[in-house]
Amino acid sequence: MSHIKDVTGGTPIVLESLWKTYANFVAVSGIDLSVGAGRFCTVLGPSGSGKTTTLMMIAGFVAPTRGRILVSGRDIAALPPQKRNLGVVFQNYALFPHLTVFDNVAFPLIMRRVPQAEIAQRVERMLETVELAGLGGRYPRELSGGQQQRVALARALVFEPRVLLMDEPLGALDKKLRSSLQIELKALQRRLDVTVIYVTHDQEEALTMADQIVVMQGGRIEQNGTPEDLYDRPATAFVAGFMGDTNLVRGVVMAADKDGTLRIDHPTGRRIIARASGFQAGDHVAASLRPECLSIESPDGPEEPENAWDGRIAAVTYLGDAIRYHVAVGENRPTLAETLVVKAARRGTEHRRFSEGDAVRVRWSRSDARVLPPTRADARILPPMQAGGH
Amino acid sequence: MGSDVMGSDALLNPGLPVRVFAWIMLAFLMAPVLIIIPVSFSSAQYLSFPPPGFSLQWYERFLGNKDWLAAIWVSIQVATLSAVLTVIIATLAAIPLVRSDFSRKTLIYGLLLAPMIVPVIITAIALYFIFARIGMGGTVIAIAIGHTIVVMPIAVVVLSATLQGVDSRLENAAMSLGASRFQAFRRVTLPLIAPGIISAGLFAFLTSFDELVIPLFLGGPNAQTLAVRIWNSVMLEIEPTIAAVSTFLIALTVLIMVAANLLKKARRWA
Ligand SMILES: Nc1ncnc2c1ncn2[C@@H]1O[C@H](COP(=O)(O)OP(=O)(O)OP(=O)(O)O)[C@@H](O)[C@H]1O
Ligand SMILES: [Mg+2]
Repeated sequence: MSHIKDVTGGTPIVLESLWKTYANFVAVSGIDLSVGAGRFCTVLGPSGSGKTTTLMMIAGFVAPTRGRILVSGRDIAALPPQKRNLGVVFQNYALFPHLTVFDNVAFPLIMRRVPQAEIAQRVERMLETVELAGLGGRYPRELSGGQQQRVALARALVFEPRVLLMDEPLGALDKKLRSSLQIELKALQRRLDVTVIYVTHDQEEALTMADQIVVMQGGRIEQNGTPEDLYDRPATAFVAGFMGDTNLVRGVVMAADKDGTLRIDHPTGRRIIARASGFQAGDHVAASLRPECLSIESPDGPEEPENAWDGRIAAVTYLGDAIRYHVAVGENRPTLAETLVVKAARRGTEHRRFSEGDAVRVRWSRSDARVLPPTRADARILPPMQAGGH
Repeated sequence: MGSDVMGSDALLNPGLPVRVFAWIMLAFLMAPVLIIIPVSFSSAQYLSFPPPGFSLQWYERFLGNKDWLAAIWVSIQVATLSAVLTVIIATLAAIPLVRSDFSRKTLIYGLLLAPMIVPVIITAIALYFIFARIGMGGTVIAIAIGHTIVVMPIAVVVLSATLQGVDSRLENAAMSLGASRFQAFRRVTLPLIAPGIISAGLFAFLTSFDELVIPLFLGGPNAQTLAVRIWNSVMLEIEPTIAAVSTFLIALTVLIMVAANLLKKARRWA
């Protein structure tokens, strides 16, 4: 095992057109991804989008059908898992139930033939780092969920891997514990300077922790960027819907001017005027309208001005610092009805300006509507050269 | 929580008919044992119940006789060898059956379970011819192999079930931490399936100690197991030595079961 050199400090990871097919089913379809040294990359996506498969290909438990996995510039795709020197935290922690906390954490050091005295020292130090000093003699089942999670983390970090892979490591914990562990985990990652790929399907968790977020959907990367990129500049309606609350109003482009002004018609006959490039008449699009960008007022005059839809309040939720209105628009044609969510900041002592059943007008400005393609092409096509299965 | 407690209460406090039925069944199962044990300490010269007085004469006759002792020794050798063989083969069979995906899996599983539906006597006759041809008839090894074949189906079922209960992600975790496939098995899987291995081994040992047909065919003058010795002596006459031998077998079984249970309780992590 002496060929494994413990290097402190993260290392870059690059995935090059990585594919995984099962019989005729494509689980991961040509992923390209680059994560810089010491970066915290979160992989976000709905169930079945290929997150675990991608992570397990990096860890070495799933053999890629095609593609390269580069760690520090070296292709590790052919190495067995035990030679990859990557820390892995599994969703259910996978602690060894027959070993004490100490022995669990010592395991990777024993495998690397580290001298006994050094093992004791490094395990104790690691347990202190994850605030479990003194619990070394317990068995996993004698620990709380949060403590088990820390043991798994300590075990994956004690041999100083340059890369840490985590598959929904906080999935089994309650919300409060999650958020405190999120902060600790992030601080630990910074301190140990390790490159992290972290799978979750909780967008809030992704926004809290990540330097880089990858949104997956149908085995592909839908978008890859900083949290700000994804939240403020989603590439597709799918990403916009996944990253925080938004109203996605689907329609068809009726006219696209040369200056980028679009006229989008909604099935109810209502209209959105927005500015965006790259679309032409006939395109199916979705306009993303963030609840906090919409304003609500009493309808005034029979004519609806530009980007103003009349409707009726369906529900009012009091959020403390703001009020959330659900406004039903197009209720005259129930099958096409759309609900717009409006989040209005509270002003002064005013409680609620409108109540359920009130007729209101929802307005927004041209620049607040982001026009997006619905999603990236989503066909699960077979990789070139592999068509027809394996 | 509440309904749980109520559920187990209902199970712990069954109605009168159930209790009566349970006691009758228990008495039915235990009666031979309860009769055999006092008879083995009888002072009478023939089988009689209740025994007229206490004496250890039949144990003297049993344990003082070198034929009986030789038979016990052969049985211990056969049972131990068969238990070891069974456990090794069943474990090696269970790993691919549970952990990997291959096309002929059901076929191989079926073949491994086949001895369960083949009458023991058929297996015994078949083995008799094979061992006779290769000159291994009448040996301890031949009997042990025969017993291994007979208990294999159950051992494979027990070990497959145990292995199924061990999360394969634990093995993956061990490998991600630097363990080779073998080290992952040695340090993680093996300790976790140890209870199944012990159960299968004990089952093989006790079955071999009891089983008559295989050693009857595969044994010989130099390899007479306790079961065969009992069979031969019963054929001649029935006398209380048989009760002493039976009591010895009962005590052995109870001892092994208690030991296995204590072993299981000693584990703090389970
Ligand atoms: N061994 C397999 N054989 C066939 N299909 C598989 C296999 N493993 C995974 N898949 C399929 O590949 C797709 C991606 O699975 P994966 O586990 O990567 O999803 P995920 O994004 O991790 O989802 P989740 O959030 O539910 O964990 C799924 O549709 C799954 O059914
Ligand atoms: Mg998953």
